[in-house]
Amino acid sequence: MKRKLEITELIFKIISYTLLTIFALACLYPFVYALSSSISGRHAVEYSQIVLLPKDLQFEAFSSMFSNNSFWTAYSNTLFITLYGTIWAMFTSILGAYALSKKRLLFRKFFNFFLVFTMWFSAGIVPQYLNYLATRKVFQAVGIADDKWLVVIAMGMAAMNIILLRNAFEGVPSEIEEAAIVDGATEMQVLTNVYLPMSKSTIATVALFFGISRWNGYFWARQMMLNQNEHPLQVYIRLQLERYTNPDLTSGWNEVYATDSAIYALIICSVIPVLIIYPFIQKYFAKGTNVGGVKE
Amino acid sequence: MKVRAADFLVYDQEKGVYRENPEQVVRDDVEKHYWLHVVRSIAKDWRLYLMLVPMLLVFLFWRYFPMYELLSCFKVDHSELEVSEQLFSGFSYFKTLLFGGDALSVQFWRALRNTFIISFYGLCFGFPLPIVLALFFNEVRSNGFRSVLQVLTYLPKFMSTVVMTSLVTMLVKQGGTTTNMGILCQLLVRLKLIPYEVGEGGLLNQPSFFRSLYEISGIWEGAGYGSIVFFAAIIGISPTSYEAAQIDGANKWAQMRYVVLPSILSTIVIMLITRIGGLLNIGYEKVLLLYKPETYVTADVMSTFAYRYSVEGSGQPGLGSAAEMMNNVIGMLLVLGSNVIARKATNTSLY
Repeated sequence: MKRKLEITELIFKIISYTLLTIFALACLYPFVYALSSSISGRHAVEYSQIVLLPKDLQFEAFSSMFSNNSFWTAYSNTLFITLYGTIWAMFTSILGAYALSKKRLLFRKFFNFFLVFTMWFSAGIVPQYLNYLATRKVFQAVGIADDKWLVVIAMGMAAMNIILLRNAFEGVPSEIEEAAIVDGATEMQVLTNVYLPMSKSTIATVALFFGISRWNGYFWARQMMLNQNEHPLQVYIRLQLERYTNPDLTSGWNEVYATDSAIYALIICSVIPVLIIYPFIQKYFAKGTNVGGVKE
Repeated sequence: MKVRAADFLVYDQEKGVYRENPEQVVRDDVEKHYWLHVVRSIAKDWRLYLMLVPMLLVFLFWRYFPMYELLSCFKVDHSELEVSEQLFSGFSYFKTLLFGGDALSVQFWRALRNTFIISFYGLCFGFPLPIVLALFFNEVRSNGFRSVLQVLTYLPKFMSTVVMTSLVTMLVKQGGTTTNMGILCQLLVRLKLIPYEVGEGGLLNQPSFFRSLYEISGIWEGAGYGSIVFFAAIIGISPTSYEAAQIDGANKWAQMRYVVLPSILSTIVIMLITRIGGLLNIGYEKVLLLYKPETYVTADVMSTFAYRYSVEGSGQPGLGSAAEMMNNVIGMLLVLGSNVIARKATNTSLY
């Protein structure tokens, strides 16, 4: 009896370890391949000799990308949108979620429904597009001609993130809040000195979600930013991909690196900041994304 | 509501008489002067209400105004119509799309079918895999090794759609005079899964491969990250449950069936509801970045159809809005419907 138990367990363990390792490597492989291809010689890339490690090292693809001004413009635009976009989204979400977490708030059910309804029903691309066009007119009339501010302020809010924050705030014991109020804390001080420190993991997770979605934003930026100097990195990458896979360019190509290497170099540069930040916040995920509030 | 005498009267033991329940007096007072009560508590907590304002405005301007704009699908230029046609003229866009019989209507039905097929495949393959991964993660006893595996499998989720689709495009690209075909094509040709000519043509140029590429890249992107929720539910199971099952002679499979599965059922139901709710909200970004005119047959979904007819070029906003209206109403009915079913069947519901 005892022995049979061990065998089924052992088999399951072996299967788990093998399949997980394979899947994890499959998740990593495209990035390794991209890195290797971006620093390999032209002949090796064009004749598909790269499998894992780079061959005939060259760094021309990177250096020619770095010497291109429009790359740096795109990079700084993305930094701008990510920084201000995350700050704006966190500002509105934290204040809103804090108010929603209070039982004494009147019409609380209505406000919650107001949020949740946007998760059930979204208007879709076309009305949203018309709406952003109208917003741009309003912004320009007010004197904000830069479309970057349109992207920062009008886009990227997510009801789900606000609900995560609200649930975290609801988990803070009300006794602590009462104690702070007895000590003479104002509403704002209660929020910044009690609630924020006590829901750090959720705040980190939500900030990461907002930041990543800003960093990765593509579609609306491409639709709304007509001026090339305002393009963020993702739009730039896509335009370059379209350019480099165009046969007219590839047939007259005479650099020491392949056109593919140029694309891979761009991809690597857009991925690296995410790679640096993400492992630090990864450990909060399980705790920070606890949806909670389940009606039983 | 049931009215009880105790709500209104309480027995005063000292004096031996019934008198009004003081709590009910307050309740009555609130009811009588409801708006006064509202004004008073807003005046007292005005800071709290002020905090709500930015969030409400953002959602009003950029989530609810588009919904109002969606109604433009009912707005039709009346001047060209006969009086007898005006009554139902609001539905003329819907009529054109549903029963037009021309190329436009054919494309609409194709987009509707593709939307359902792609999301159905996503549900069948994309939904169970994170659960399986979570069960596997639970078997890895070494914390360090598991963390490494988790970091790696969550990773693709944080790549942008542009990066992901660029990688897919490069991995399955066609072979040409100057460059060889993508490495994934080569692997499939070597394994004799596809003939050489097919790989040479590039998988993204062929309609028959679009859905598999879409689903596989979706799994690659989301399966690891999707397992977080289930894994959190599994490690929440008390070890005593396993011990009890072991004493009763349950082997690994029986433990899975009778301990793990019932414990994570509510999580599974909730994630399923969320999933079904987003079923028709196919990531249009990904489809737009991957599809080509050659693959519209299998790749064109409702939102990309609406995009092509209403945003790209000059556009007819009413037409695209009408298409999206139908898509989103069906989507909302799905989420509400699945919620009701889930509540009836398992006593768990999200909303």
